[in-house]
Amino acid sequence: MSLDTATVRRVAALARIRLPEEEVARVQGELNGILGWIEQLQAVNTDGVEPMAGGNPEGIAAMPMRDDVVTDGGIAPKVLANAPDREGEYFGVPKVVE
Amino acid sequence: MHPTDFTIAGAVAALEEGVISAEELTRAHVAAIEALNPKINALITVTAEHAIEAARASDAKRARGEAGPLEGIPLAIKDLFCTEGVQTTAGSKILDGFIPPYESTVTAQLKRDGAVFLGKANLDEFAMGSSNLTSAYGAVLNPWSRRNDPDARLVPGGSSGGSAAAVAARMVLGATGTDTGGSIRQPAAFCGIAGIKPTYGRCSRFGIVAYASSLDQAGPFARTVEDCAVLLRSMAGHDPKDSTSADRAVPDFAAACTRSVKGLRIGVPKEYHIDGMPAEIEKLWRQGLDWLRDAGAEIVEISLPHAGYALPTYYIVAPAEASSNLARYDGVRFGLRAAEKESDLRDLYERTRAAGFGPEVRRRIMIGTYVLSAGYYDAYYLKAQKVRALIARDFREAWSKVDAILAPATPSAAFAEGEGSDDPVQMYLNDVFTVTANLAGLPGLSVPAGLDPQGLPLGLQVLGRPFDEETVFAVGAAIERAADFKALPGMRAGA
Repeated sequence: MSLDTATVRRVAALARIRLPEEEVARVQGELNGILGWIEQLQAVNTDGVEPMAGGNPEGIAAMPMRDDVVTDGGIAPKVLANAPDREGEYFGVPKVVE
Repeated sequence: MHPTDFTIAGAVAALEEGVISAEELTRAHVAAIEALNPKINALITVTAEHAIEAARASDAKRARGEAGPLEGIPLAIKDLFCTEGVQTTAGSKILDGFIPPYESTVTAQLKRDGAVFLGKANLDEFAMGSSNLTSAYGAVLNPWSRRNDPDARLVPGGSSGGSAAAVAARMVLGATGTDTGGSIRQPAAFCGIAGIKPTYGRCSRFGIVAYASSLDQAGPFARTVEDCAVLLRSMAGHDPKDSTSADRAVPDFAAACTRSVKGLRIGVPKEYHIDGMPAEIEKLWRQGLDWLRDAGAEIVEISLPHAGYALPTYYIVAPAEASSNLARYDGVRFGLRAAEKESDLRDLYERTRAAGFGPEVRRRIMIGTYVLSAGYYDAYYLKAQKVRALIARDFREAWSKVDAILAPATPSAAFAEGEGSDDPVQMYLNDVFTVTANLAGLPGLSVPAGLDPQGLPLGLQVLGRPFDEETVFAVGAAIERAADFKALPGMRAGA
C-alpha cells in the first residue's frame, strides 16, 4: 500500500502536525519507504494467532487490580506550574466557543 | 588511582574504608565533566552544585552509620527520567524548560540508596534513534576513535547515547538509560561498556517520558557487569504507580555475577547469522561461544523462526504507541507553545507540534497514526501484534532447550555521523539483534568483548528467560572475565 498526497495530508491532520505544502512530497517519499519495508510482514502466516498486547512476558493476566479510589489531587499549583499560559487555576487557550 | 577510575563496587569499598570521601569523588567527576562535556556533549544539564551538596550530605550519612548501598556514587540520569526541580527535556524542543514537579520512581530509588546525580544525559529525541543525532540539544561524540581515521566524529549509539558516552569517558561511574528497541544495549556496545535492559516490568516506568509503553524498560550502564548488577538492584522493584511493574522480590543481582556457568545450555539462534554481517562480528560471536564452552557451558543451536520479522514488527508497534503517547504534547499543559495571534485551538496544536518535534519524531508519529487509522488497523497494527506473539512464542520454545542465548549486540562498530543516517530504514537496522528482546519482554545484557580492526569496541549480548536476570548476569560476567577487555577510549578523564 502506497500513500498518495491526499492521505499524507490527512495523516498529518489526524496527528495534529502542520505540514507545509512544500514538504508533502518529501514526507510522502519517507513514509512510503518505511511502509514498503514493513510490507514484508504480510508474508507471515498468523492464522489463529492471538495478538500480543502489552509487554508483560507472562501475559496480561499477571496485571494487578487496585481499589477504585482517589489517590491523588489537590495539587493545582503543581499541575499548572509548567503551563505556557494560565489564568487562575485554569490553562489558557485560544477562544474555542464563539 | 584517579577517583574517576573506580568501579562502582570499588568506590563503595573505598568510601566505606574512608580512602576517599563522597565529596572528593563527586568533585573529581565534576572536574571531568567540566573538561570533557564541552567536546562530548553527553550531558544536557549539569547539576554540579546540587551534586556537591548531595555528596556532603552523603558523607554525613555515612558518618552517622546510615550509608545506603549507593551512598556517594556519582551517576548521570538519562534526560527521559523526570527529576523533581531539574529540567527534563526528552531531547526535544517541545519540552524545553519543562521542570517536573515530581520524581520518577527509578531515580527516587537511586536517591534513596544514596546516589549523587551529576546531570541529565543527552539522548535521541524522545528516545527515537540509534545515533543520538536526533537530539534537539546537539549530537554526542563517542569518546572512542578510529585508529586510521582519528578525526571522524563517531556516534555513541542511541537512544541513550549521552549516558553511554558519559560512563565510557569517566565523567560518571554509572548512568541510567531506557531501552525500547536496543537503546541501552547498542550504545553500551558502541562505547565499550556494559548495559542491561531487564525484563519488562522489572523497573517501574512511572515518571519516565513514554515512547512505546509496551516496550520501554529502564536499565543501567556501567563499566563492569557487576556494577550494572549493583545499580539494577536499586532501580528495580514493584511500584503501585506502574501497574505493569512486576510484584516480585528483587534478587541480589551482584551475587549472581560470581555464579559458575558450568552446565548451562547456551543457545545460538541460527537466524542471527544475517547477510552482510562483518567478519569481525561473526568472529567475536564464535569467540564468545568458545569462552562459554571453556567455562563448562554447553552450546546448543536453536531456531527463532520469526526473528527476521522483528524489526518491521517493531516499526509498527513502537510508532503506534508513540503516536498515542505523544498526543499529550499539545502546547497547553506544559512545554512549548507555538501560535499566531489569529490561531484557533487546532492551529495552536498543529503549529506547536510542527515546531516542537524534530523530523524523526514527526515521521514516527505519522507512521503510527496511519497504522492505527480506520481501514489500516488490521492490516498493520493487528498484524504486527500477531507477529509479535509469534516472536515471543519462538523464545518460549527456545527456553525448553537452553538457559540463555548469546548473540552479537550490534551488526557493526560505531559509525560516523552522516554514515547511513539519511535513510531511516538503514538506521533502523542497527537494532536487528536487540529488538527481539523488547518485543518478547526479555532481559538482555551487552558486554564489551573485543575490538574491531579500527580499534573500536564490539559487544556481545546475553538474553535470558523472563525475570531471570541472574543467569544473564552470570553468563555476562563469565564473558567479561574471559574477554578481559582492558582497552580504553582516547577521550576520558585522567587520560
